[in-house]
Amino acid sequence: MLRQIEGSRAVAETVACCRPEVVCAYPISPQTHIIEAVGAMVKSGALSPCEFINVESEFAAMSVSIGASAAGARAYTATASQGLLFMMEAVYNASGLGLPIVMTLANRTIGGPINIWNDHSDAMSVRDTGWIQLFAETNQEAVDLHVQAFVIAERLSLPVMVCMDGFILTHAIEGIDVPEQDAVDAFLPPFEPRQVLDPDDPVSIGAMVGPEAFEEVRYLAYVRQLEALDLIPAVAADFARGFGRSSGGLVRSYRTEDADTVVVALGSVLGTIKDAVDARRDAGERVGVVGITTFRPFPVQAVANALAGAQRVVVVEKAFSVGFGGVLSTDVALATQRSESSLYTVVAGLGGRPITRRHLETMLAAAGEDQLEVLTFLDLDTGVVEREQARMAAATTRPGPTAEFVLRDLALRQNGEVEP
Amino acid sequence: MTTQPVRFFQVGSFAVGNRLLPSGDRTVQSDADRTNSLDAGHRACQGCGEALGARYAIDAAMRATAGRLLVVNATGCLEVFSTPYPQTSWRIAWLHSLFGNAPAVATGMAAAMKVKGKTDVRVVGQAGDGGTVDIGFGCLSGMFERNDDVLFICYDNEAYMNTGVQRSGATPPAARTATTEAVGSQPGNVFGQGKDLPRLAMAHDIPYVATATVADLHDLEGKVERAMQIRGARYLHILVPCPLGWGSASSDTIRVARLAQETGLFPVFEAEGGQVTAVSPIRHRTPVEEYLSLQGRYAHLFGEHPSLDVIARIQAIADHNIARYGLDPGEHDDAGPEGGRP
Repeated sequence: MLRQIEGSRAVAETVACCRPEVVCAYPISPQTHIIEAVGAMVKSGALSPCEFINVESEFAAMSVSIGASAAGARAYTATASQGLLFMMEAVYNASGLGLPIVMTLANRTIGGPINIWNDHSDAMSVRDTGWIQLFAETNQEAVDLHVQAFVIAERLSLPVMVCMDGFILTHAIEGIDVPEQDAVDAFLPPFEPRQVLDPDDPVSIGAMVGPEAFEEVRYLAYVRQLEALDLIPAVAADFARGFGRSSGGLVRSYRTEDADTVVVALGSVLGTIKDAVDARRDAGERVGVVGITTFRPFPVQAVANALAGAQRVVVVEKAFSVGFGGVLSTDVALATQRSESSLYTVVAGLGGRPITRRHLETMLAAAGEDQLEVLTFLDLDTGVVEREQARMAAATTRPGPTAEFVLRDLALRQNGEVEP
Repeated sequence: MTTQPVRFFQVGSFAVGNRLLPSGDRTVQSDADRTNSLDAGHRACQGCGEALGARYAIDAAMRATAGRLLVVNATGCLEVFSTPYPQTSWRIAWLHSLFGNAPAVATGMAAAMKVKGKTDVRVVGQAGDGGTVDIGFGCLSGMFERNDDVLFICYDNEAYMNTGVQRSGATPPAARTATTEAVGSQPGNVFGQGKDLPRLAMAHDIPYVATATVADLHDLEGKVERAMQIRGARYLHILVPCPLGWGSASSDTIRVARLAQETGLFPVFEAEGGQVTAVSPIRHRTPVEEYLSLQGRYAHLFGEHPSLDVIARIQAIADHNIARYGLDPGEHDDAGPEGGRP
């Protein structure tokens, strides 16, 4: 049943239907509404039995989750941005120990300069941690992916991170079909851990592993991640049968048949890109979109298949590797290395900058005419950049912090105190 | 019936006295059926105080919980020397996660037991002094203030031994470590720094805080047992000499630990709800030189030109502890080994 509900609230209600037994809370925007709502459900008794623990840091949040999961409890937490980095050591540890924790990542950029708004810098920073990373395009998909995430995590004994765009999804109120308890119970069996701390059958978990075995242990973790490439589509198909709607999977194509130019992206920006594609299609251009739902493990073959007919592949990504370029595009490059297509990277939406249909259409038009640079920063204000570069070059001593001068430059122009 | 408490003074330990006690009063360690939680075959150095302390404490916790125990271990010597497969020495359910998160992992384990209704299964977290007073302190303080049902044990050997004897927040003044070398005008660790973790634990008003040394087995085991009778956050700080890091003889581990207490440098006490409830009085008050001179980490204080001023400052710390906790034997004329205990 569709309800008008905030994305965070819908995710919280869905997580509650998944019957987590230990939930850790540490506030950081933009995930805080999720954990607040779960906390209220535990306090009211609506979610029981469940231990809701207010911890002192994200490092503790992931560590408590590790302890709970190793002791056989279904564990859930949520974070974003700096919080994810603060728990980083434990993020690696959770996957290294093979603990099926589910975590929501309400995507937000990483400072400095400090900025609370959306991009994918946080998710990209953990791509090599050994977590499965799923990206939601819509709030409906965010909700559905959480149900699937617990199934995937517990079948593989690997942690799963559901990435949803901060504010754009978490704070959007829209019609969402929040799964019913009965349906979730039928889909998600009780947690049966593969390894557990049990006084009746004591084992050592987390022992030291030296050079004689470390590579093999890590290789087996790699193989287990690859198993997810078969399991994720199977779980998505089961979900479609059980819930009557399609969510999840590895990749999803939109109007790519006969497309010369195909855009690749992650998350909620896919909606805007589809609108831009529709508009360009109406204008007679052959363009399409491939959305990547499963970012880790990276579905190389599925992406290669989805991009097989394209002459141009344009990766629009909300993150970049400073000093290099795209992050997602390097993965896409691996998938397209045997094709003749040209690969373009468009960095967009950093720190919450809106990605508009107009910007995307302009970019697609340039791509269609082979006028797109290999690496483009969408909607970059080159005037501001050039003025700051000139100021830095002219300064003889201590030019000061760049971010402050860029802000001052923009404010002065906005106020009309300087001729634009 | 009037009873006379049995008191043993002959060697300053219970090693002989244990045999004379009724079997029910003997130590867990003297019991042939003890768990042997940390079994033989591990890779600790000869004379390792931490290996002793951990076996004493965990065996006692196993008895107190009838074997219903989960343990999480921080990274450090204890974790490294005890675990490499297939030689894991732990005969208990044991988890190692990271260096700085053992208290939080313990919280998660306790939460799991609570949510599953297995309240008979208890949780112990354990770490060295680095994992407790430094890198793990944020998580430890959080576990304390939430009053989670965890006993956290610090095996304090007063430096980062696993990485090669570097200074920690528990390293005492004047001690030589690899990062406080015995050079310059003030050789060794500086005065006026460091954390007194038992007192910080008490400041959280948690139900139980205690200190112990590996020199007094009865006392140590009794404190573990007492801790396991209580629900909520509990803290046990055990002094465990490290022959390698302290430069003491492997055969002197117990002697050095006893002297730490007998000099007043390491006060042994219990506290409940933030208030000291019992102390182990000093039986043979000993000048700090006797303790310091057994250890290579203080060698720069002795020799041809002893640093009498530095030794005097260390003695002043001991005297301050004795006054603060009332450890002077003169204040306890009935001072048997357990004279100050309730």
